[in-house]
Amino acid sequence: MNKYLFYPGCSMESSGRAYRDSIHAITEPLDLHFEEIDDWNCCGATEYLGINLIPAYSLIARNLALATKQMNGTRTVVAPCSACYLNLAKADYYMQERPSLGVKVNEALEAGGLQYKAGTLDVRHLIDILVYDVGLETIRSKVTRPLQGLRVAPYMGCMLPRPDYQHRWSDHEHPTELDDLMRALGAEVIDYPLTTECCGGHMTQIGPETAFELIRRLVADADERGAHLMATVCPMCQMNIDAYQNETNHYFGTNYHMPVLFFTQLMGLAFGKEPDELGIGVELVSSRTALANIGVEVPVIQEPATPRKKEEGLPMPPRLLKRTNGKNGKKSKKEAVR
Amino acid sequence: MPQMTDERVRAGLAREEDLSLLHEVSIKTAGVSHLEMCIQCGTCGGSCPAAQDMDHTPRMLFAMLRAGMRDEVLRSNTPWICVSCYHCVVRCPQEVHIADVMYTLKGMAIKVKLYSDSTAPHFSQTFVDMVESYGRSFELGLASRHYLKHFPLRLPGMMPMGFGMLTKGRMPIAPRKIKNMDQLKKILKRAKQLELTS
Repeated sequence: MNKYLFYPGCSMESSGRAYRDSIHAITEPLDLHFEEIDDWNCCGATEYLGINLIPAYSLIARNLALATKQMNGTRTVVAPCSACYLNLAKADYYMQERPSLGVKVNEALEAGGLQYKAGTLDVRHLIDILVYDVGLETIRSKVTRPLQGLRVAPYMGCMLPRPDYQHRWSDHEHPTELDDLMRALGAEVIDYPLTTECCGGHMTQIGPETAFELIRRLVADADERGAHLMATVCPMCQMNIDAYQNETNHYFGTNYHMPVLFFTQLMGLAFGKEPDELGIGVELVSSRTALANIGVEVPVIQEPATPRKKEEGLPMPPRLLKRTNGKNGKKSKKEAVR
Repeated sequence: MPQMTDERVRAGLAREEDLSLLHEVSIKTAGVSHLEMCIQCGTCGGSCPAAQDMDHTPRMLFAMLRAGMRDEVLRSNTPWICVSCYHCVVRCPQEVHIADVMYTLKGMAIKVKLYSDSTAPHFSQTFVDMVESYGRSFELGLASRHYLKHFPLRLPGMMPMGFGMLTKGRMPIAPRKIKNMDQLKKILKRAKQLELTS
């Protein structure tokens, strides 16, 4: 059994709970043992770093310090969230690159009876472990329900392959790890050049117009290229594309319906697990139609009672309607390429 | 995008005393920022997915830093629009830690309250308040406090989403607190007295 230290991150307890459930479901068949870091705290996301530097790094380093207490046979910390992964990796790296930062952070940690020597731990993302430690061969051998006929847009997001302090990824802008993994599950992987473009991050909260445009680009491109759904490796990306897709559609007058699932949920399905074990159905943009392509029925989890919107508000010439109608309306290529 | 008004910036010149701002920002940035190495090539702005909403591209901002235009730099919305996607960082030929410099500038702007729009600074502060009281992020508390204050008009449109998140168990109504909050508080209290000076 391969033991790793596990840093779940806050989203695992809330918006990303489908991620947590599906990770639990796939660790056993892959013989992975994830030991949660005891009493871990928030990594500060992208917020704390902008407020106050030393507290931000001390907040992150407390997790690293706690992890060293549980090392016992392993020095690898696995983070499934791209932002958590980046923050933990960044603190570890900068404390080495800038020794004075390491000194200050340790001074702060000392107030809580902790310390962390930079470089002690290896911080890695979940997909890194799956592709490079477990290996695609092993993963392929566990597939009992190949995702044949499911067209997946592999969405890596930005904070995972960049800035890549330890040179772990095949490329900074067009990494292929997620593509390879999805292919190993039998899925049809579409070309998705926007794979490492940003989902907007916290801009959905502070500058929605900026975020909506970024979400639109991702969803429109996946849609135009014929994807049934997007696969993601990050709870923030999932949240933005899933929960804000409706608002984005509203903002641009489009009608996209692009479900986005965690790559671990698709792994679980391919391993023959049942959808409800994998948190499938808690997404707001339902994956029902998409998963019907592989004969999986998505459980009904009490749909929110949204009042059904009228298809059109004002009488419009059919030509205009067609152009703004996303998937169903067959947009002109020119408009979607943007 | 506003025109650069400062003659010195246009001429690419900097006086010795102006460089103090550049050095200050560089020192306050985590890691080795390489900020002084910027060759004004513009790769950063060209790589930025959000540049269209920025007052200044990163390149322009760094020129202003070099020219010592403290107020203009700290008032710029650029650091607040930065989405931390690190496109510019991996493409920068001089390896400037651009995203981290943006974090530094945010922190400096907050200290002297020089920002034109309070939405982003308040969001960061609210997030940090949650983390400092619970040790974990608390999405429902964060979202309700933030939206009521800054986007009350967005709320009706967001009801279906919020309702969906709640009914599907994706937004717990109570925060989770870490066990050793005391320890975290002590660490943060000490950390706040420290600053990067060398």
